Amino acid sequence: MTKETRKHRVLIAKPGLDGHDRGAKYIARTLRDAGFEVVYTGIRRTPEEIAAAAVQEDVAAIGLSSLSGAHLRLFPAVVEALRKVAAPDIPVLGGGVIPEEDFTVLKEAGIAEIFTPGTPVEKIIAAFSDACEAHYQKRNIG
Amino acid sequence: MTSIAELIAGIKNGEPRAIGRAISIVEDGGVHGHSILAALDVERIEAATVVGLTGPPGAGKSTLTNQLIAHYRSQGKRIGIIAIDPSSPISGGALLGDRIRMMAHAPDQHVVVRSMATRGRLGGLCAAAGAAVRVMAGSGCNIVIIETVGVGQSEMDIVRLADITALVLAPGLGDDIQAMKAGLLEVADILVVNKADCPGAESLAMDLDGVVRERQKAPDNLIPKVCMTVASEGKGIGELAEEIARLDAACRASARHLLRRRQSQHLEILDWAMEMLRPRLLELISSETDDPVSDPRVKAMEILKKIN
Ligand SMILES: Nc1nc2c(ncn2[C@@H]2O[C@H](COP(=O)(O)OP(=O)(O)OP(=O)(O)O)[C@@H](O)[C@H]2O)c(=O)[nH]1
Ligand SMILES: [Mg+2]
Repeated sequence: MTKETRKHRVLIAKPGLDGHDRGAKYIARTLRDAGFEVVYTGIRRTPEEIAAAAVQEDVAAIGLSSLSGAHLRLFPAVVEALRKVAAPDIPVLGGGVIPEEDFTVLKEAGIAEIFTPGTPVEKIIAAFSDACEAHYQKRNIG
Repeated sequence: MTSIAELIAGIKNGEPRAIGRAISIVEDGGVHGHSILAALDVERIEAATVVGLTGPPGAGKSTLTNQLIAHYRSQGKRIGIIAIDPSSPISGGALLGDRIRMMAHAPDQHVVVRSMATRGRLGGLCAAAGAAVRVMAGSGCNIVIIETVGVGQSEMDIVRLADITALVLAPGLGDDIQAMKAGLLEVADILVVNKADCPGAESLAMDLDGVVRERQKAPDNLIPKVCMTVASEGKGIGELAEEIARLDAACRASARHLLRRRQSQHLEILDWAMEMLRPRLLELISSETDDPVSDPRVKAMEILKKIN
């Protein structure tokens, strides 16, 4: 048979109402340059749209960006939406202007990693890579 | 979903997770790819209409696709989209952004969108895209649209997977028509002038009309219609969908449909065979060739004899 040719597939999304997606685009390009296949979904996405797209695209991880301060509501909402579409195994990573005191709440809500403007890109790339690898171990088929 | 049997049942029931997983398994060359593809509903695949949308970057293919989705959904049809973008030859990564324009349909269970990167496959792209078409059709999609940027040979091959191919152009994208004449213009069944709200649309349509009339001289060529659309406002979509349906019906009524399907099947078989052969060939090349001055062509013949 043909050789396995798997690539890490991730989805980058920007939930919420603010219209800035510089951060999200930057991460998308960074991951592409690191060899990822990045599905980019643009600004102002609802948690339901993000979850549905992640399932259809069969991504191994989701990266969310939020600058509006609504991360406490929006990031967990995506985790919840994934549960509703029977895909709780897809890890969610989040980045943006997020104060440290929110980290614990977000982690408890199921956010796998949190990045802030100060996080070095190597660390972000490694986190996505690890999240993908961990996902392959967890999911059932293939 | 814990077994291949469940995955296959999931595809038949149109479950998004099963469809998404199945396409990845096949695209990645996973061990279960074969059993998944072999179990697909052949009647559904035969009944589905595969539409190729191709054209230069920025012509409005994704915006048009989004409008076609809305149109077909209003008719109660289930629709699949495969949006292909190039992989970076340097990093091997890809930024897949076509879906941005279709996101409003994401939660709709009867719209399946899959972004696919070319992965620098010399062959194999047709095989992977063709398999994705079949998984979607097997899940009950009545229409499957393949969106691809109309440059390069691999994209030309993708076009041949479609029952109906529409070439999407727009004014102000440079005068590529002359260059395209030789390639895509010849294989297109429908010519779409999108951005009909922009200056230059009328003269682009006239230019295309000229090319079409020239082509009319060739015997037994169907004459492609020029459709004007404003995808961003949803104008001209009904007419385009009507033309797609009309051509599809005409092809199915004649031998053309079967001929096309057979051609695309041959293409995909060749693609799969090359993919399967490649590792064995590479192995033979490196194990059999230690003499750097031997002639490559002669060597290739020798190696092929070994495979027989
Ligand atoms: N004025 C006008 N703009 C349009 C129309 N259709 C699409 N656009 C705009 O053209 C730009 C490109 O549209 P896309 O749908 O992304 O084009 P595409 O052909 O899919 O582009 P690639 O996937 O990058 O090759 C977007 O900004 C659209 O909003 C139209 O009919 N009129
Ligand atoms: Mg596009």
